[in-house]
Amino acid sequence: MELNWRPLIPPAAAFLLSPLLLGVINRTKALFAGRRGQPLLQLYFDIFKLLRKGATYSRTTTWVFRAGPVVGLAAVMAALALVPLGGLAATMPFAGDLLLFAYLLCLMRFFTVLAALDTGSAFEGMGASREVLFSALAEPALFLALAALARHSGSLSLSGMISGVGPGSWLTQGPALALVAAALGVVVLAENARIPVDDPNTHLELTMIHEVMVLDHGGPDLAFILYGSALKLWALLALLAGLVVPVRTGSAAADAAAAVGGMLLLAVGIGIVESSMARLRMTRVPKLLVGALALAALALVLVLRGGGRP
Amino acid sequence: MTLLLVAMGLTALGGLCALAAGRRPRAATAFGVGSAAAGSALGLYAALGALLSGAGRPLAGAPQWSMPGGSLSLELDALSAFFLIPTLLLSGLAAVYGGEYLAAWRGRKNLGAAWFSFNLLVVSMALVMVARNAVLFLLAWEAMALSSFFLVAFEAGKPGVRRSAWVYMVATHLGTACLLAMFAVLGSRAGSFEFEAMGRAAQLSPALAGLAFVLALLGFGTKAGFMPLHVWLPEAHPAAPSHVSAVMSGVMIKTGIYGLVRLLAMIGPPPAWWGWTLVAVGATSGILGVLFALAQHDLKRLLAYHSVENIGIIALGLGLGLLGVSLNLPALAVLGFAGGLLHVLNHAIFKGLLFLGAGSVLHATGTREIDHLGGLLKRMPQTGAAFLVGAAAISGLPPLNGFTSEFLIYLGAFRATAADGGTIPAAVPAVMAIAALALIGGLAAACFTKAFGIVFLGEARSARCESAHEPGLSMRLPMLVLAAGCAAIGLCPLPVVRAMGPVIEPLAGPAASKVGGELAAAGGMLLAITIGAGLCLALVALLALLRLRLLAGRPVEETVTWDCGYARPTARMQYTASSFAQPLSALFRIFLGTREKLRAPEGLFPSAAGLATETPDACERGLFRPAFGGLAWLFSRLRVLQQGRVQLYVLYVVLTLLALLVWKLG
Repeated sequence: MELNWRPLIPPAAAFLLSPLLLGVINRTKALFAGRRGQPLLQLYFDIFKLLRKGATYSRTTTWVFRAGPVVGLAAVMAALALVPLGGLAATMPFAGDLLLFAYLLCLMRFFTVLAALDTGSAFEGMGASREVLFSALAEPALFLALAALARHSGSLSLSGMISGVGPGSWLTQGPALALVAAALGVVVLAENARIPVDDPNTHLELTMIHEVMVLDHGGPDLAFILYGSALKLWALLALLAGLVVPVRTGSAAADAAAAVGGMLLLAVGIGIVESSMARLRMTRVPKLLVGALALAALALVLVLRGGGRP
Repeated sequence: MTLLLVAMGLTALGGLCALAAGRRPRAATAFGVGSAAAGSALGLYAALGALLSGAGRPLAGAPQWSMPGGSLSLELDALSAFFLIPTLLLSGLAAVYGGEYLAAWRGRKNLGAAWFSFNLLVVSMALVMVARNAVLFLLAWEAMALSSFFLVAFEAGKPGVRRSAWVYMVATHLGTACLLAMFAVLGSRAGSFEFEAMGRAAQLSPALAGLAFVLALLGFGTKAGFMPLHVWLPEAHPAAPSHVSAVMSGVMIKTGIYGLVRLLAMIGPPPAWWGWTLVAVGATSGILGVLFALAQHDLKRLLAYHSVENIGIIALGLGLGLLGVSLNLPALAVLGFAGGLLHVLNHAIFKGLLFLGAGSVLHATGTREIDHLGGLLKRMPQTGAAFLVGAAAISGLPPLNGFTSEFLIYLGAFRATAADGGTIPAAVPAVMAIAALALIGGLAAACFTKAFGIVFLGEARSARCESAHEPGLSMRLPMLVLAAGCAAIGLCPLPVVRAMGPVIEPLAGPAASKVGGELAAAGGMLLAITIGAGLCLALVALLALLRLRLLAGRPVEETVTWDCGYARPTARMQYTASSFAQPLSALFRIFLGTREKLRAPEGLFPSAAGLATETPDACERGLFRPAFGGLAWLFSRLRVLQQGRVQLYVLYVVLTLLALLVWKLG
């Protein structure tokens, strides 16, 4: 009997290639800053180095602190079973899987925040407080953007929504899809702690969001966290890439290559955004996120007006 | 049905025995707990049987009742059984918990009276759910209100408790007034106070049905806690003993939802505006409820506001269901009702769990102030773990039960937006529901990371907290059972949803024949959720093993938390609940109106500084206080009639009699 390996391609690509995305972002930023920059594979080296180390824990912490990275990584890995890669359907697509996807990412965040609060550090509490605020505001934007895609494709699974976007849809529904892409782009930046919401390279604890929450983690725990963040970036970028690179040839290899290429291009785009603008003031971030929500709502109005697919 | 009556009789009898044994606290507790737990278990068995068999079981051969308009018509159908299950489950567990919880008041309070009220509350809630006659229903409704009033006023000596109890009393009676009007209107048109006859009368006249719907929304909404009728919840729930808070918040407010659903099933095909109204009410209650919860730093008050939020989610589901019926979209109807009603069950389980957990914290530390707690997970590991399960469940996270009901509501809304050739009238409220649910989910996660994180994690913020210890087995066991319930429904929602078919059918109107098919379709997705959640749990186990393997034999050290090299961190340097919620309460200050009192540090060597925040209820402050102030002013004008002279009063009597004579004979 011949096994069908196609459904395993999207998660396998994610597990293997996701740290590369951060390498691309960092190289782009280095290029803009006129530096040579770190190797493309730096995150792989970091993760393997950390996996070989011991650990140091704060006396304040409990099992919740140790569970945080484990649950976070497990949640995002499970979520990747629902994420398509361009025209390639996910491993386990079903109608309504977008909800499980979004709430698994929520589970990851929940445990990251609790692990941060477990240290009793004011810095980590501060980061946790900001994280929950911004993600609560990003959530409606994500859901409305996905609702617009669902309306456009007539499908309730992420795979159906993405494969329902072809070159033809950009011709007929271009403005709506562009708005959805813009809203999703803001969500990608906010959820993955990128500029203009959070600066992953900052060195002052007071100004961080995501980085400060994982200050006390080390060794294999930190490796899990870094890998989990890379996977989360991959998961959200895969959706965005599937939308903006509508290459649907029908051949698995070509579709996957197009989607991965699109994600690498988007990573370059993130690098350019990070090089060309400063982080927003904390009080301005909610406006950006509500703006994304408004864009998604507008997209929804456009696709609703256009009528659903029968 | 007979079995349920026996169970109710047993509980009532035990309550009477407890009252008789009032001055001997041990005997009173034994009677109260024993009969409530045994009665609940027996009733639970009867309700489960009725739900699984699906058919309604009216009580045949009931004796005539001399009450005008009243009759002893009782029936145990699937809808009643579905609401009875969480009611009896949580009441029984809360009784077991309460036995130990109230032990601290032995000799100081009359525990017999407390247990009598508790058992009366359980019996009256069950009676509300099986009554099929308006007079009987209202009597049970009032018994429920009064018994819970006495339970709220249990610690009447404490400042604030009396006020809370009075607020509850006034609110519940305003609600009952609307219900009286509703039943009077329906009953006078039908010529009978039997539910069946009233339903038939309402089905004939859309105007009458609309009036009944509005009155029910006000009357039942007061009990359920729809915004802005919720003002009594954040007062009464913190004041009551914790096992009573669990029952009141977990199931007693659901009698409001039950009443609304029963009425909707009676008065027939809903117009679209009913659905719109419920969606709007649900979104408002949900979003504002969770925002006010975020701003609280009293643990039980926070949980009370979350009840408002969850009632909002239930209303969203029911509203979408009504829209589905009126717009003839069976998928939306079935998924909306299924999600809303499943959330009734789920909320009873996790909110009961959270209130019992908060009670254990209060029991161990003597405070509900979140900012005085901290680090309790080390001292109370089982309570802490159970509270964490409840916190994750109420935030709607997989693989727990909160996710399953929200999933069904979302799914209905997404299908109305995207598939089924979704029409604009269905898509617009559905999109509103999606956005509201997403925002509620995010904010609830924020609120419960705060509640669990500040109370159970970090370092203890007070001395009482450092010496806290786990409560006894009879308080821990109910929490662990409820936590297991959260996980069970979260992992295997399929059998529960399948059993809900006969509950939804009477609501679905013309779509009743499609309920089974739609539920089966949703079952496939729930199965996929089970697989996804199982995958996540398996990965957690695998990664935890991997981590253990990696760390085995390597140096694992302990040190202080990193504070930029500061060597002597203290517990007071930790982030507090107020600081955690500050960015959110600042962002939503238009709704919340949080007051801050800042005493800034002054001088070169500042000695004292302080910050106090308070978020009073906006509806109470802006709506009810002025309204009641106006009423009080109006009535104070009437005092001229009341001069305290008997001659004057005799004159009033004579004048009234004369007027009556003139009117009758003239």
